[in-house]
Amino acid sequence: MRKSSIFLVFIGACSLALGLAFLDAHLQAAGDLPYLRQEIKVVETLQLTDLCLATEARHTRHPSQADWHSPFQSHPGALDHFPSGGIIQPPETVIKGYEPHRQ
Amino acid sequence: MSHIVNKQRNILDFALSSLLRRKGKNLALVTVYTLVVFALASVMFFTQALKKEATLVLGATPELIVQKLVAGRHDLIPVSYIGKIKKIRGVAGVEPRLWGYYYDPLVRANYTLLVNDKFKLPPQNILVGAGIARVRGAYRGRSINFFSYDGKPLTFRVRGVLSLESELLSADLIMISPADFRRLFGIPEGYATDLTVHVRNHKEVATVAAKIQQFFPDTRPILRDEILRTYKAVFDWRSSIVIVVLAGALLAFLIFAWDKAAGLSAEERREIGILKAIGWETSDVLQLKFWEGLTVSLTAFLVGTILAYVHVFWAAAPLFATVIKGWSTLYPNFRLTPFLSFYQIAILFFFTVVPYTVATIIPSWRAATIDPDQVMRT
Repeated sequence: MRKSSIFLVFIGACSLALGLAFLDAHLQAAGDLPYLRQEIKVVETLQLTDLCLATEARHTRHPSQADWHSPFQSHPGALDHFPSGGIIQPPETVIKGYEPHRQ
Repeated sequence: MSHIVNKQRNILDFALSSLLRRKGKNLALVTVYTLVVFALASVMFFTQALKKEATLVLGATPELIVQKLVAGRHDLIPVSYIGKIKKIRGVAGVEPRLWGYYYDPLVRANYTLLVNDKFKLPPQNILVGAGIARVRGAYRGRSINFFSYDGKPLTFRVRGVLSLESELLSADLIMISPADFRRLFGIPEGYATDLTVHVRNHKEVATVAAKIQQFFPDTRPILRDEILRTYKAVFDWRSSIVIVVLAGALLAFLIFAWDKAAGLSAEERREIGILKAIGWETSDVLQLKFWEGLTVSLTAFLVGTILAYVHVFWAAAPLFATVIKGWSTLYPNFRLTPFLSFYQIAILFFFTVVPYTVATIIPSWRAATIDPDQVMRT
């Protein structure tokens, strides 16, 4: 068998596998629909606002609800000392800063 | 047509033989290349699936939440605010919410306690999230002790465990009756944690929020759109952090690949010289190099992408889920619904296959345009 034939069969098989991944994603998403609906129902019924990703501090458990001071809650000037604070983004306005526009 | 196909297959045969002559070096290159594609694709698949799920699920959050702030901090809101908010045109209803945190020193974890009128819980009965049930062994029928705000122990009976499927939302939740909640935290009647406002017309939410802030300057209205934006930013930020961590490896690969693709070895230059001397056209040499580059990059792209799919959606991303999901004692245990799009794959293809293939052609073109005699002598 020619080397190019082996290579083309290999690429064809990989492409087919990638196509199957798309099919798998589609089927899994369709199969998960009842669970997603259940999650939506939970959010609706319990009036939840946030995903439960990190429970250690209020600004990481409820990033959309915590006040902007909560990462620095111990005392003025304190650094955010929770590990998950490093992977949860502060609000946009904090990043931009409060400096007035310079003309 | 068949002539063109035959010619290309012959060149591909030659390219594969040429790659196999330097088997060790090229195998190392394909392995590293595959790992880079795998890492990038895994981050991309994971964050996209999380983002999509968050958008879908959190689309059902209350459209407007009103908090009271005191000295910049979230404080209890008087229920008396409800009357005035209800009078604002467009407001369909206002409900007080009671929720808060409880730190359990036994397992060093924070729980979120929540009151919901739809769950009519008898006194001293609670429903717990699956994460708490796992950590505290708090299954149906068991008892769990908490200390109230004044240090008195309170015993609660676990009436049930919230569904496993909703763990992404409810791993640390405890559903409790309003009376027990107030007793545990010493919250007086007439106060709530925050208020949820239902607005008849979605387009009027921002106007209603502005009016609430006008009536009560000590409040902070939070819109549903803001919540969704927060989560989009959170996952973009997290995936960026993983990319930053991977950046070192990525740069090392870029140097390696650039060196391999752009800098032709003396042996390769001689090979080009010989091919030209025996009658190969410059375009043939370029096609040969194109096939060599495409073989390496396409193999790495396909294998890396498939491995990433298996890693993220079949094996639940064990390699870096901790970084993207978060850090906590009550670790939510959830499986992501795969959301795969052609757009994602196209971006990945463009950023991984195209640069390498192009990088292999340029130096070959330079070598192929020089006189064969000169190339073979150098």
